Parts: sequence; structure tokens; C-alpha cells
Amino acid sequence: MLRRTLNRWLGRDERRVDSRNICVGHRSSSNNEAFIPPKFCDNRIVSSKYTVWNFLPKNLFEQFRRIANFYFLIIFLVQVIVDTPTSPVTSGLPLFFVITVTAIKQGYEDWLRHKADNEVNKYPVTVLEQGRRVRKESEKIKVGDVLEVDEDETFPCDLILLQSSREDDTCFVTTASLDGESNHKTHYTVPDTEKDLESLNATIECEQPQPDLYKFVGRMHIYKADQEPAVRSLGPENLLLKGSTLKNTQTICGVAIYTGMETKMALNYQGKSQKRSAVEKSINAFLLVYLCILVSKALVCTTLKYVWQNKPGQDEPWYNEKTQREKDTNLYLKMFTDFLSFMVLFNFIIPVSMYVTVEMQKFLGSFFITWDKDFFDPEIKEGALVNTSDLNEELGQVEYVFTDKTGTLTQNNMEFIECCIDGFQYKYQDAGTDLDGFCVTDGPANKVQHKAGREKEELFLRALCLCHTVQVKESPEQGQGQRDGLMDHVDGLGVDGEGLHPPPQEQRGFIASSPDEVALVKGAMRYGFTFLGFESKTMKILTRDNDVERYELLHVLNFDPVRRRMSVIVRSKSGDTLLFCKGADSSIFPRVRQEEVERIRMNVERNATEGYRTLCVAYKYLNAEEYAQADAGLREARLALQDREEKLMAVYNQVETGMSLIGATAVEDRLQEEAAETMEALQGAGMKVWVLTGDKMETAKSTCYACRLFQRNTELLELTVRTLEDGGRRREERLHELLVEYHKKAVQDAPPVKAGVTRAWSSANHDYGFIIDGATLSMVLNSSSESNSSRYKNLFLQICQNCTSVLCCRMAPLQKAQIVKMVKNSKGSPITLSIGDGANDVSMILEAHVGIGIKGKEGRQAVRNSDYAIPKLKHLKKLLLAHGHLYYVRIAHLVQYFFYKNLCFILPQFLYQFFCGYSQQPLYDAAYLTMYNICFTSMPILAYSLLEQHICMEVLLDNATLYRGIAKNGMLRWGPFFYWTLLGVFHGLLFFFGVRYLFGNPALQDNGQVFGNWSYGTIVFTVLVFTVTLKLALDTRHWTWINHFVIWGSLAFYVFFSFFWGGIIWPFLKQQRLYFVFANMLSSVSAWLVIILLILLSLLPEILLVVFRKPRGPHAGQITPVTPLTYKHLKDRQ
Amino acid sequence: MVKEEKEIANRPDNTAFTQQRLPAWQPMLSAGIVIPGFVLIGLAFIGIGVALFVTSRSITVLEIDYTGIEKDSACFKCSNADVKNCVCNLVFSIDSLFEGPVFFYYGLSNYFQNYRKYAASRDDEQLSGDLDAFTAPSDSCSPYDYNSNDKPIVPCGAIANSMFNDTFVLYRVVNGANKLVPLDGKGIAWWTDYNVKFRNPSVTPLKNAFNNTVKPIFWPKPAYQLDASDPANNGFINQDFLVWMRRAALPDFRKLYRRITDGEYAKGLPAGNYSLTIAYNYPVESFDGRKKVVFSNVSWMGGKNEFLGIAYLVVGSLCVLMSIVMLIVYAKFKFPEED
Repeated sequence: MLRRTLNRWLGRDERRVDSRNICVGHRSSSNNEAFIPPKFCDNRIVSSKYTVWNFLPKNLFEQFRRIANFYFLIIFLVQVIVDTPTSPVTSGLPLFFVITVTAIKQGYEDWLRHKADNEVNKYPVTVLEQGRRVRKESEKIKVGDVLEVDEDETFPCDLILLQSSREDDTCFVTTASLDGESNHKTHYTVPDTEKDLESLNATIECEQPQPDLYKFVGRMHIYKADQEPAVRSLGPENLLLKGSTLKNTQTICGVAIYTGMETKMALNYQGKSQKRSAVEKSINAFLLVYLCILVSKALVCTTLKYVWQNKPGQDEPWYNEKTQREKDTNLYLKMFTDFLSFMVLFNFIIPVSMYVTVEMQKFLGSFFITWDKDFFDPEIKEGALVNTSDLNEELGQVEYVFTDKTGTLTQNNMEFIECCIDGFQYKYQDAGTDLDGFCVTDGPANKVQHKAGREKEELFLRALCLCHTVQVKESPEQGQGQRDGLMDHVDGLGVDGEGLHPPPQEQRGFIASSPDEVALVKGAMRYGFTFLGFESKTMKILTRDNDVERYELLHVLNFDPVRRRMSVIVRSKSGDTLLFCKGADSSIFPRVRQEEVERIRMNVERNATEGYRTLCVAYKYLNAEEYAQADAGLREARLALQDREEKLMAVYNQVETGMSLIGATAVEDRLQEEAAETMEALQGAGMKVWVLTGDKMETAKSTCYACRLFQRNTELLELTVRTLEDGGRRREERLHELLVEYHKKAVQDAPPVKAGVTRAWSSANHDYGFIIDGATLSMVLNSSSESNSSRYKNLFLQICQNCTSVLCCRMAPLQKAQIVKMVKNSKGSPITLSIGDGANDVSMILEAHVGIGIKGKEGRQAVRNSDYAIPKLKHLKKLLLAHGHLYYVRIAHLVQYFFYKNLCFILPQFLYQFFCGYSQQPLYDAAYLTMYNICFTSMPILAYSLLEQHICMEVLLDNATLYRGIAKNGMLRWGPFFYWTLLGVFHGLLFFFGVRYLFGNPALQDNGQVFGNWSYGTIVFTVLVFTVTLKLALDTRHWTWINHFVIWGSLAFYVFFSFFWGGIIWPFLKQQRLYFVFANMLSSVSAWLVIILLILLSLLPEILLVVFRKPRGPHAGQITPVTPLTYKHLKDRQ
Repeated sequence: MVKEEKEIANRPDNTAFTQQRLPAWQPMLSAGIVIPGFVLIGLAFIGIGVALFVTSRSITVLEIDYTGIEKDSACFKCSNADVKNCVCNLVFSIDSLFEGPVFFYYGLSNYFQNYRKYAASRDDEQLSGDLDAFTAPSDSCSPYDYNSNDKPIVPCGAIANSMFNDTFVLYRVVNGANKLVPLDGKGIAWWTDYNVKFRNPSVTPLKNAFNNTVKPIFWPKPAYQLDASDPANNGFINQDFLVWMRRAALPDFRKLYRRITDGEYAKGLPAGNYSLTIAYNYPVESFDGRKKVVFSNVSWMGGKNEFLGIAYLVVGSLCVLMSIVMLIVYAKFKFPEED
């Protein structure tokens, strides 16, 4: 429902004309037209699925939608209605058990969701009502309410900012939990609104809710007594989004315009749909095959029954007459009930117990993730968290990894690493014994002598201190607007700056739109130049010599992603006018004197390949004339009504020429621990890693380099707004051209990649990395013409699939999900995994097959919506390579084994029909039929599926390539399934006919007495239980005491049970069929011999196969896929 | 302090089990184990196979069909269902001593004792001597639960009703005179069936327990009169009845009728001519059945069964053969572990 609505909004944005009208503070407008307050949804967030009332019917409905449950329900009903060979209890009880357990589990999970919802919905907020401040629960907020929000609080709904405690009518927010950008963004109050909200009489007309975080259009009509209503336009800069946090502003007031599920944050969520693992899909496919087998068996038997009965004397021999009722029954009805009876008789071929065992395996198995002490992070004092256990095995099948950047790959913690002044590299050292805390680590020749001159150094540092848009943070206790307080604080800061180990409060000293600006300012501070802040239009800096220098800020030439640089024009005390410019190397180098470039280029390139974010710094003196010209140009351009952007750009370009390069900086966005190693391991395991981030391209790119997702020899294919605008033609054309070109490069010209090549191998060829940004992506996905759209999408996908890594930047949360969805639904439907830590990753976490949340700093949204949560990125490696691999092998074996053991269980029963006149006579006693799956053969496979380690964990972690061995659902494809089925058929035939030939003469005891049909069944059953258990024993590679206990224990239990079951005349049973049958069987030597013979004969081919399948040749170990039985070579390599 | 506690509470247990590091035995199937294993198994199987084969060969079996479908058969006259109380004589000769103890079986073919409705058509409560079940037989016995006068049938059900009622008397023809060969009717049924599972009601005389009930329709005599010679062999613990009630697994079956263990025949049946007098009561031709008598001696492995010996020999030799093949393969392609 929600999704449909979303699609409507996404798809046909422009066609929607209706807008909503909101009365601020619910005061009706002054004009007397009858105003009916429209109905909007309340501010309740609902993520739970059930209520107390609908739980039972809804949950039962959901459960019986599962093909297996429905099937068992049908079987149960048939058993109740029709006279069948087995009692309804045999299928009713297990079904009831399964349904109940699942319902309890789902009920509990939903209760947790209710609790989480309540936490959000009951959060207290302050509402201004008729001048009074009323505390309310968050869910009671209505559209039109005026809310007051304090610093560091999260907005409870989408608000239009009306009033701020800051004097300049702005406020700062951070949208970290929405789009991952943790910087402070400035939002503005609606211009000209009255200070007194009490008397504000206004209505807001705005568009209906839509999920794009960066779009908002609206109008505000302000009614004043006896005046024409004033109209103010509203844009995204006036809108405060739910989920973002107020920063650096004491308090704001705003009016709620979108609430509850209509907030932009909620619209960016997708409904949590039930995720199904690939294994479950395989199970369903196998189930269908077995269902076909079952139905055809029943059909064959029914047909043959009536053919057989047609022979005279067979239908109703004198010794077995029918009752009157049977004679009266309609023939076709009889046929039908016979068919159903056969279905019931053979229904054990589809094991209800498999579902129970699979559920138990998943539930219990997931504890190993929670228990793993390697996932424990001492910092947050938490380990891994498993939200759904349904997807354990999917962790072993991942082909695409979509990772968020901020907070996931990186710590979002910029740090100034080094700089290069005039070609000399300066690396800051914490221990800084050097005179100025400066240390030359690498220069063209001898270190000390060739240090760049002090003048240059100071110029460089001044540039760093001046060329930015950073503000000094006002701490709240000093925020009363007192200048002195500010001064004190600033002074304090200055003193701190001199210390080499600044106290932690200094960390929050600056706010800026980009964290690396802060890093630069802080970097300069460490070298002795401290930025003290603005004083009206004057910038103050504290120099190394503890002098305060003042610079008048004349102009800021803003940063934009196309120019990729920014400048400031300042005037020093001495009257010099200076332009400082910093920007990406590619945009600075052409604008400075060429002889300076070469010395610095080397450093910049080295830094870039190390994954640092590099910026070059240049300056230029402006003489009075030049300045006057620039000043006039800038002023004129700023006032222009048309093409303002272009005009500004022209002036910028004109001013920023002929500069001199001073140096370069290297800032590191600290990667998460072992991020690069983890990424390398994932790629080694054959996974493709895509980085999806809301961040800027440059930042993201350097992170990719740092994580070694892009390598030095990776050729980058860029499809961004910048490359689209390069050609100067229409974007659409250019897009088409680029797509085709890249496709040719990456897909057509690339040598066909063989499966299983290692990364080292492929990097010898050509590596491609692909970069796309959000705007271009939406062009690719929503191209104007339908045919182009799908074609572009295809091209895009093909290019991406041939690239080792893909970087998508400037993504809206929903776009991330779109990408995941696109890959998920592409050819071969690969298994995708999303990992992220913020609310902006929630949609992709929900969309991917497996969603992983990182317990990061940006709230708990991601963790709550994820399937698994881990404290750090580095844990992903073990989670996938060790846990995922093992879980997959375990469950795949579990599934195959279950089908196998039930096939060879039921096949003899089927064959027996040919010898009992197709009369649905069960071969085994009812107790054996029920207990086979529950008691005799269930525990060993459960223990196996929990404890098996066909390859030990260390080896799995060390050899990422092993992960490829089970890729593409390798153990559950039709090949292995066919093999197991064949094995089951072979065993079933062997069991039945082996005993059949033995019973050619039923006198099997040395006293000449004969065995009856229950002895027959018991011999078959004994062989069956032993063979099936020993087959598992043969497959077990990791025998812990639990395995020993369970395997030998099950066999012993079977023997014990059989004695017990046959040793007593059971008082409540109608028939004492098995009385002493088992004991009598054991007294017969022939029975012993046939049991031993059949068990061995069943297992010998398996052993032979194992022996002959062993890898041959020197490199066999690397090539052969890992099956549970071929692992010896791995041990050898250890 | 509190912090430490919290950390301890959250930190996963560092035990071998939770960390999946339980000590484990990791067996490996390698040539060193598999080849000698195969040889050993093969040799053992061949040994057992030879023993089985020899034993099976030493067992003598004499099978005579007496259905009487064929015109030249001695019982041809009896095969007509209209003839009542028909008796026929089967004459056969034994060339050499038929070693004892000799077991006397009757066999039926195309007879579905394992038919589901038939198999369920009995009342074990009745058969365990529960008098309540005498007056109200279980539904499962239908249509053999009440006769046309609504009197309960005891023992009820199709199995009991269709009890095999041909009787045999064996004579040795010595100098033209028929000399009765004593047949032992004891110990032909399972001990537990005779002593535990099937019980007569503890009413003396037994006849009184059957008041207000009727005998099964097909039976000539009521249950308490099954064996006139031995009062302990009547009712539900009649050995022939017990043998019949243990239903055969397959439609072609044999059931033990008598043992020849007494006196001069304890060593076996001496060579010579024999005459078997058959009271032919059991109709089989309506469903294409056959009837036969089987004389057989048994060994430790039971009756004659060639299958088991041959199977053991085949599997044993296959094992040996495979181990040789493996040895050759291993010698030719050096496997990694031997490097």
C-alpha cells in the first residue's frame, strides 16, 4: 500500500496538482470563507504488523500462505474426512506444533516492534497552544501545530522553521541520520514573520508529501490586520526534516506540515517485507518436485489399483468382502478417496519435520553469531545482533555488497595528515619534539636545510586559516548573546590550540559545511595558527608568535562541485588585498604558474593514491585596480536577475587566475578499522562491492582509493553531472554517448572473464571502476522515452557488472534502494547485501536480500531495520566468509539430506503397494511412521547442521576464494539435488527388494517359524534408520562429542525404543501389531545378515565416489569446488 | 565498577561451544583406510557368503502343488467349489533320507493377506480374551462383526474368518500299507503369540465364554472346538489359528503347518513312498490362487534361501575388485596426500 503510493509519487511527480493547506497554529484565516480543516494523518509511526485483535487471523493467514503449511493442512483435513491408512494425529500434531511455535516467535518479534514504535511515539514534545507551552506525546502532534524544539533534540515531524533563537534567524541542523551527512546545515526562518508567534496568522500552502529529501515547494500567506496578505515562498531551506537534529541553536519554533507516515523520513522507508532466502526458494522448488513425485505416485497407484481390480476375483475375494457402505459408494468417489488415501500414505515424503528442523537450525544457529566473541566490540560493549534468523545461510551466498560510505567505510572523522609547502613534505607528529611541531619527513635533499622558508610556511598556514567558511561554535552556556562570553571562549580556544594535546572540548569547536574544512583549520591550529572566529566582517587569527591578526573578509567565492575550488578575498591590516584559493588539484593547477606545479604534483599524487583527500592552496596579491574590478564584477553578478549563476562563474574564473601555488594538504577521512582488508577479502571471495553514498563524489572517490576498492591501475569510468556537461551538448545525448562508449570499453572489449579467477589474476588485465551520481542515475532510470530507459538501464547494468567496483554518490536514500533493487532483479538474480549505519541506509538495508546494520554513531535506525547488526565493518568478513559459508553448507546439506531420507523412507512403502493389491497398506508401523522424522533421524542432522565445520574457520578466513565454491547456491542446484534424489531412490529400491528377496522364503528362524508383514516392515525400517544415520556419519567432517552422542545415541534409541514398543502389550492401542516383532527379528541370523548386507551395500558406492572424486593434479585444491567431502587438500595446505 | 559489570554481562561467553571450537575428531577417508577396509569387508563377505551358500545348498526342500487346476492333478476333483468335504490323496516319493527335523508348510499364492482392509479386520481386544469385546466386536471387523441375525461373531474379522482349513495327514507307504507319520502341531507359532498376545477368556469351560456369540461364517466349528485332541489348543491360542493370524508379508507365502519330530522320524523322513491325504476345504481358484505343501528342513539361517548367500558373495567380490581397481588408480595417479 505504502509502496504503491510511493511509486505514484515517484513516477508522476509533476502530474499531481493538489496541494495541502495548513493553518499555522490552527488559527483560521482572517477572511471569512468557511475553512474546513483538512484531515491529515497523525504523527504516529507504525512499523508493527499485527495488533492484538488481528494477530490470530492475520498470522494464521500468513502462515498458511506458505506452501508447506497449506499442504499439511490439506493432508490433515483429508485424514480427518476420509478413511485413510494413518490417523490424523500423525500429521495434525506436528502441524499444530509448527504453527504454534512460529506464531509465538512472530508475535514476540512484533511485540518488540510495538515497543520500539512506542518509544518514538510517546516521546515528549513541546507544543505552543494559545501562548502556553504544552508537553505532549509525539504521536499527538497534528499538522498545523507549532512546536518548540531545543538543541540536540530530534525533530518529531517535518517542520517549517518560523523562529530561531539565533539572532540571524537561522538554525543549524545535522541530517546525519537521514542522508549520512554529518555536517551542520543552515536553515532559515521564513522571512518577515512576526517575532510574536502568538499573533501570527498565516496559512501554508505546500505540496503533498513526497520522498525526495531535497525538494520542497510551498507558499506562506501571512495575514495582518488591515493589510493585503503577504506571500512568502518556502523552499527546502525552510523545512526541517523529521529525523534531523537541531545543532548549535538553543531553540526553534516551527509549524508541523507533514506528520507521521507522511514525513519525508517515513516516506523514505519501505515496508519491511518478509525476506526469503535463496535456500528457502530452493526448498520450495524441491518441494514442488517432490509434490509432483507424490502426486504421480498416488496417481500410479490409484490407476493400477483399478486396473488390478478389474481382473476377476481380485476386487473382492471371498475372504475379504466389502461392507455394504463400500459397495454402495460411487465408483468415482471411491477412486477419489483412494487417491487421497495414497496421498496420505505417501505424504511423509514431504517432511513437515524439515520445516521444524530448518527453523530450529536457523534459530539456534544464529546464536553462534551472537555468541561470537570476535564480534564483541569493547568500545560500545556490545556484540553482534541477529534480528532475523531466516537469512543465516544467505550470508554465504552474497554476490553484491552495497555499502554506505560515511560511518561504514569511514569513521567520518577527518584528520589533517600532512601538507606540502613549496614541494617539501611536512608531516605532523604528535610527539613533535621539533621546534614548531613541524617536521620535514621527505624533501628533495637534506631535510633541515631545504625546509621551505618560514615565510612560505606562514603564508600557507594563514591561507589555511582564512580560506574557509568555518564558524567557531558558540557553546550553549555562553549563547546568551554576550560578546564577552564569546571572547572568553575564543581565548580559551587559542590557549588550547597551543597545547599539543588539545582537550576534547576543542573537538567541537568549529562548525562547517564540510568536515574537511574543519580538519584543515584544526591542522593549521596544530602548527600554531589558530582561527579565532569572525567579528562582524573581520576574521581573527592567532599566529605562532601569539599575535592576533585581523583580516577583513571582502568576498567569499563559494565552493561548487563544478569549479571544485573556493576562494576568499581578504584585506590584511597592512592594506594588502589577498586572494586565497583552495581546491582540487585538477582545478588549481591550470590556474597557477606552471613552474610551481611539478614540485607539488608529485606529492599530491602520492597522497591521493594513499587515499587521502588532497587540496591545493594558492594565493595571489590583488592590487587596488584588480580588486576594484573584481569587486565590481562580483557585485554586479550577484545582483543579476537572469543567469546569475553563469555570470558569477565567469567572474570567479576571471579572478582566480594567475595565482601562485603555495602547497597542498592531505586530509584523511579515517577509515574504519581494517576497512581495506575487509573489502579486499570480500572481493577475493568474488563479491562485487558497490559504494552508495549521499556524499560528494571527490570525498567518496578518495575513500574508495583508501579502501583499495579502486586501485592505482583502475580505470575510472565516470558518469556524473560533470562529465555530462563537459561536451556542452544536451545531457541526454551526452549520456547516451558515454554509456555506449563505456559499454564498449568495459563489456565488449573486455576479455571474457572466466569464473573463478582470482583478483590477482584479473588485475593483470584491465580493472574498471564506475562512478555515477544521483542526478545522472535518475536520468538513466527515468529517461524521457520508455525504450531508451530500459536500454540505458541495461547498458548501465552491464557496465557495472563488468567493473570491479562501482561508486554511486549523491544518492538519496530511496535511490540507494532503487540501485539495490535493480541489481537484485537483474539477470541471474544475484544475492545482494547492504550494509550501513544511518537512517539513510534503511531503505537499502530493507531492499537487499541481507541487510546489515552497523552499530555506529548515527542512531539505531539502521540496526533496528537490519537483519544482522555488527559493531564494526571489519566484522563483516568473518560474518560472511566464516559464518555465512558454514551456515550455507550446513543448511544446504540439511535440506538435501532431509529430502533424501524421506525419499528412501517412503519409496519402500510405495513399492509395497505393488505387493499388497494397491490397498494402501503401510509397510511400517504407525509408531515408526511418526517417529522416523521426529526421533530416530532428526537429532543427528540437527547436530550436524549446527556444528559441522567441513573446513575450519581459520582456513575459511584465510582463503577468501573458498567462498566462491558455494556461490550461486552451488549445493542446492538441480545437479546436487538430482544426485541426492538418485541416492534416495537407490537406497529405497535396495531396502525394499533386498528384503523382498529374503522373504522369498519367510521361514527365517532356525525353529522354522515364519515372519509376517510387520517383520518385513521392521527389517526394512531398521536398515533404513541405520543407513540414513550412517550416511550422515559418513558426511560428518567434524565430530564433536555432541555428534558422537547424537548419532550413536539415535541408533541406540531406535533399538531401545523398538524393544520397548514391542515388549509391552499397550493398553490403549487397538492393535498390538509389533508385539515382539523386533526381538524376534533379532533372533534370526538371516535378518541380521540381510541388515548388515543392505547397510553396507548402500554406503559402499558413496565411499567409492568420495575416494574417486578426490582432486587430482597440482592445483586441484584451488579449482575444485568445495563439497563437504573434498576438503582434505585444504588441511594439507595449512 | 558498574561499567565493568556491564561489559562482563554483554561480553559473549568464551567457551569452546559458543565459539564453535569444541574439540573434534576429523576423520578422513584416505586410500590407506579405504583399500584395506574394502579388502577386509570383501573377504569377510565372501566368507559369510560361502557359508550361507553351502548351508542353503544343504537344505532339502520338497514342494508339491495340490491346487488341482490341472486335470492330471490328484486334487482335480476337489477344485470344484461345489464339492463339499472333498478328500484327495497326494502320492510322492523321497529318494534319500530327508534329514530332520522336517518342517511341513502349506503355501498359498496370489492371496493378499496384506490387503489393508483385510489386515485391519480383527479385534485384538477380543483376541486377548476381553469378554466385553465378545459382545461388541470392533468396527474394523466389519462386515465380519455381526452375522445376519445381529449376533456378534467371535473371533470377528476377515482374517479369522478366512482361516486356512485344509488338513493334512501324512502316511509313509511301507510295503503297500500306509503308516501314519506323526505330525507335531506344537511350537509352530511364535512363543509370545501363544503365551502373551493371544489369551482365552478365563472362563471354564471355555465354551461358556462364547455364549451369545456365533462362530465365523466360514468356520465349520466354533473356536473352542478347533482341536478336539488337545483342550489346551483351543480358542484363540490354537496354534494353527495363531499361525494364520500372523499375516504374511507378500501375496505368495507359506506358513508352518506341522513339524515332524517324533520318534523314528526325528532323524528325518527315510527314503520311500509317501501318501498325503488332504481334506480339501479351502477355495482358491476364485481368485486364481494356488495351494501347495512344502517339506523342508532348516538350518541356522532358517529355510532355504539362495539369495542371501549369492548376495554376500557378489558384494564381497565386488569389494575386493574395487579395492584392486583403487590400488591401480592410486598407483597410477599420485594423490596429493601421498606426495
